[in-house]
Amino acid sequence: MNKMTETHEKSLKDEPQMLSVVNRRFFLRSAGVATAMGAFILGACKDDDPVMEGDMTVDLGSGDVGVLNYAYALEQLEAAFYTQLIATPYSGMSDMEKTILTDIRDHEIIHRDFFKKALGNGAIKDLEVNFSSIDFSKRDSVLGAAKLFEDTGVKAYNGAGKLIKSADYLLLAGKIVSVEARHAAVIRDLLNPKSADFAGDDIVDNNGFDMAVAPSDILAAVKGYVKTPISGNNVGK
Amino acid sequence: MDIFKLIDDFQKVDGDAAGRLEYASRRQFMSRLGNKVATVAAPMAFASVVNKAFAQSAGAVDVLNYALTLEYLEDEFYKAGLAASGLIPASDRALFAQIGKHETAHVAFLKSALGSKAIAKPNFDFQYKGAFADVFTNYKTFATVSSALEDTGVRAYKGQAGALIADPQILEYALQVHSVEARHAAVARRLVASLTGNAAMKGWITNNEGAVPAVYAGEENMTQGGVDLNGLAGKSKAAITEAFDEPLTKEAVLAIAGPFLA
Repeated sequence: MNKMTETHEKSLKDEPQMLSVVNRRFFLRSAGVATAMGAFILGACKDDDPVMEGDMTVDLGSGDVGVLNYAYALEQLEAAFYTQLIATPYSGMSDMEKTILTDIRDHEIIHRDFFKKALGNGAIKDLEVNFSSIDFSKRDSVLGAAKLFEDTGVKAYNGAGKLIKSADYLLLAGKIVSVEARHAAVIRDLLNPKSADFAGDDIVDNNGFDMAVAPSDILAAVKGYVKTPISGNNVGK
Repeated sequence: MDIFKLIDDFQKVDGDAAGRLEYASRRQFMSRLGNKVATVAAPMAFASVVNKAFAQSAGAVDVLNYALTLEYLEDEFYKAGLAASGLIPASDRALFAQIGKHETAHVAFLKSALGSKAIAKPNFDFQYKGAFADVFTNYKTFATVSSALEDTGVRAYKGQAGALIADPQILEYALQVHSVEARHAAVARRLVASLTGNAAMKGWITNNEGAVPAVYAGEENMTQGGVDLNGLAGKSKAAITEAFDEPLTKEAVLAIAGPFLA
């Protein structure tokens, strides 16, 4: 249980009331989710691997909870990025850009806090981010990173959809992914206005499909931006 | 053609039908798609999986035909708009050409997937029984209808996700189209905002802000996953509603799309 205790230390400490009536009801709304939750706890307990002192690896868990934690991890990353972006605006940020980027920051914070609330005691801890590769003073660097994060969010949600067992959670993911796609399109249009880039051929294929990428590949792709090691081996399983 | 007739509720697909979606056939499909298959090969593979998995299921074919109907509508709309001389300014052609290209690809994909089961293209009335009489002569009207069509598409695909949960690969394809429609919607909305001077209209949907009210009904929803989000993260209701897009039922979409049928 070491690993689990560690994983949940933060949320338990910070949010002692987190498993409120509302959240319990949310979790137990479908038998499938209750099962997923059970599997998650069992999975964590069965994990006999010795957890080394100082191993800060966050395990996203399994089943639908794993998928929700996966989404929560990505939203944490995005929210942290835009919070920094607005706190230290790049030089020459126009009023229009500031309005757009502040809106996006708020959406990502809402997504992050929603997942935290929804996951309650099952939520992973706060991740430590690493944006050292992004020059927040330069528009191209910042918007380039924003484009990457938004496109990554879209392909991550698209790839996670089929891993979700509960129709309620699938719909929730659907409600969020289209907002991420709107962000991606608008950011891309800021970088190259009135061009085809908002849904460019670099990201949308010959069938007119956005990309769909599995959690393992997404986690590998964002690894450089997160200090906290993340294990997503059982997401959706 | 009666659009209501061609739609059989996908939810009629019962446990038996779900059982026919054998894991084995899915796996075979997945491995055939393989790691690196040219995207053009996907429609063939898709057609194969649809025919194999859904051979007995009229409901599944109908949900794909529902998608095809909407894609036909969008595809024809952009073809007509791009062909109308003097309608789309040169500065905006790249944007609409890209959207139109995707809609054409979606139609081709679905037709190929459905094979002989694909419905024929209906005749459309883009003037919407007179409501959008100047749709191909007034750019503002054209852009407005574009934004409404794209947002309807986003809501329609979202509304079918749960119905496709029994077949992961088809669900994934639907999601991949869904997010492209959302990209289209965002730029179309921003274009309408600038053409009409409506600063309240953004790439995302604030409350139920949009040019055609029926398309945005319910977008102001503040309850997600059974949780009342009022006050979440200290953010405004406007921001919270922007952060979540809402689905539309097939019935609601057909009520919106109905007047587009000639």
